[in-house]
Amino acid sequence: MSLTLDDVKRIAHLARIEVGESEAQAYLAQLSSIFGLVEEMQAVDTSGIEPMAHAQDVVLRLREDVVSEPNRREACQAVAPQVEAGLYLVPKVIE
Amino acid sequence: MLNASLKELSALLAGKKISSFELTQTFLKRINELNPALNAFITVDAEKSLAQARAADERIAAGQADLLTGIPFAQKDIFCAQDWLSTCGSKMLANFSAPYDAHVIEQFNRAGAVNLGKTNMDEFAMGSSNETSFFGKVKNPWDVSRVPGGSSGGSAAAVAARLCPAATGTDTGGSIRQPAALVGITGLKPTYGTVSRYGMIAFASSLDQAGPMARSAEDCALMMNVMAGFDSRDSTSLEREKEDYTRDLNQPLKGLRIGLPKEYFAEGLAADVAKAVEAALSEYRKLGAETVDISLPNTRLSIPVYYVLAPAEASSNLARYDGVRYGYRAPEYGDLTDMYQKSRAQGFGPEVKRRIMIGTYVLSAGYYDAYYIQAQKLRRLIAQDFETAFKQCDVIMGPTAPTTAFKLGEKSDDPVSMYLSDIYTIAVNLAGLPGMSVPCGFGDNGLPVGLQIVGNYFAEAKMLNVAHQYQLATDWHQRMPLLHGEG
Repeated sequence: MSLTLDDVKRIAHLARIEVGESEAQAYLAQLSSIFGLVEEMQAVDTSGIEPMAHAQDVVLRLREDVVSEPNRREACQAVAPQVEAGLYLVPKVIE
Repeated sequence: MLNASLKELSALLAGKKISSFELTQTFLKRINELNPALNAFITVDAEKSLAQARAADERIAAGQADLLTGIPFAQKDIFCAQDWLSTCGSKMLANFSAPYDAHVIEQFNRAGAVNLGKTNMDEFAMGSSNETSFFGKVKNPWDVSRVPGGSSGGSAAAVAARLCPAATGTDTGGSIRQPAALVGITGLKPTYGTVSRYGMIAFASSLDQAGPMARSAEDCALMMNVMAGFDSRDSTSLEREKEDYTRDLNQPLKGLRIGLPKEYFAEGLAADVAKAVEAALSEYRKLGAETVDISLPNTRLSIPVYYVLAPAEASSNLARYDGVRYGYRAPEYGDLTDMYQKSRAQGFGPEVKRRIMIGTYVLSAGYYDAYYIQAQKLRRLIAQDFETAFKQCDVIMGPTAPTTAFKLGEKSDDPVSMYLSDIYTIAVNLAGLPGMSVPCGFGDNGLPVGLQIVGNYFAEAKMLNVAHQYQLATDWHQRMPLLHGEG
């Protein structure tokens, strides 16, 4: 598999990372060499093997449906870039 | 006092030979003198540390001390600690003052330990040299022109240079063991699920695990008694009985079967590292252990598998940094998407961006099966290699890293060569097994070499004893670098 400059720009957009033209070129070279390494995986026949998502076979625990966290809105919003009247501010999304 | 073990410090504190305030001051002074050359700490806050020390002294005076009460520990900056900056080595979180404590921090607080400061690390724990930190490179105290390893490089350098009695680290692909090896200290990555990940800033959630970094196996065991245990706030925390990790520390090693994977002694291993590891194995034979040749045939595949799975999980975990609820927001932007793209482009460093992009790609439509699912299938084969091996042996040993510490800048422009330095540690994370690194000598250039010990699931107490018996017979773990400016 060989990556193209358009692939890099598409990935960057999906990841929501702004990438300039010369930066995209640099990423193309680096990502291509990393994918060269990753290609080694394709040589192994893994048919019939169950994918392993996790080290332990844990079942997701359920808890009682009760309030467990106190309201810490102010402490949590104190670290936000922009807050007004208890709300997070973002650029306008609906015209 | 700089070389005292945790047990010795505990006795000095309990016997009122020294106060926690004095002890904390001693280490703060040392950090002040030596940290500028090493850059091992991101945040030091003497006032906060000394306030905790005073509280510990009161607790000791009231006769309510636990074993680690009053002892200062350095905390990797990946752990959220309330009202401390918790940066994860990133510009993205450079001003992030955590609104809550991580489980690990809570546990140290509960034990009455003192937080001595937050240690430097590779950005979001992504790196093997501690060169990707937004707060600058960490230097190896044995040779400041070399890397301390990563990602827990700040903790490793701080322990090696005696800037703290011990520290915490986290290990996703070797981030406790490899830096421990490169600076000559003892580090343990426990079985996945043993230490809660609550409040530990996420990199690759199915692999991340916190553990102790200290000067001896005995110190690691005492820290494990504080750090380990079930926590309902981490969905993968294992519900197990509380263990005493020191319980096996006096067992003889007679009859211990040590498995030597041929793949760990093959091409790529530096001759001086091989020599030190061989000498350690001879010492183990003297202690009554026997060695068995084993094979972990899929070792080589662990690197590509890891560099698919860890970035995939990272791309998903790091999607939370959107410049809205916390973290960096670009000063200028147009619409919402532009705000995301600029904030993330400016807030993340190059290695983090590379990994997010790899992860985004392998999870994207059309590639998911060929990369992500294929890697998960191979992960099972890698885990099965260990399962088979542990039928023939009690522990596995080999080198922690293929070489001693490399030069700063030597691999930073070549991600693939950097990734290959994790060849012996990564498979352990993929399988979820516990692994340790123990100092076992020095290479040609006078730099430390680490011996890796891998155990079966939940074999930490046994592994700690295997390391402890070696440390009773040798003194590699007591060797200390001579630092410039030390007086």
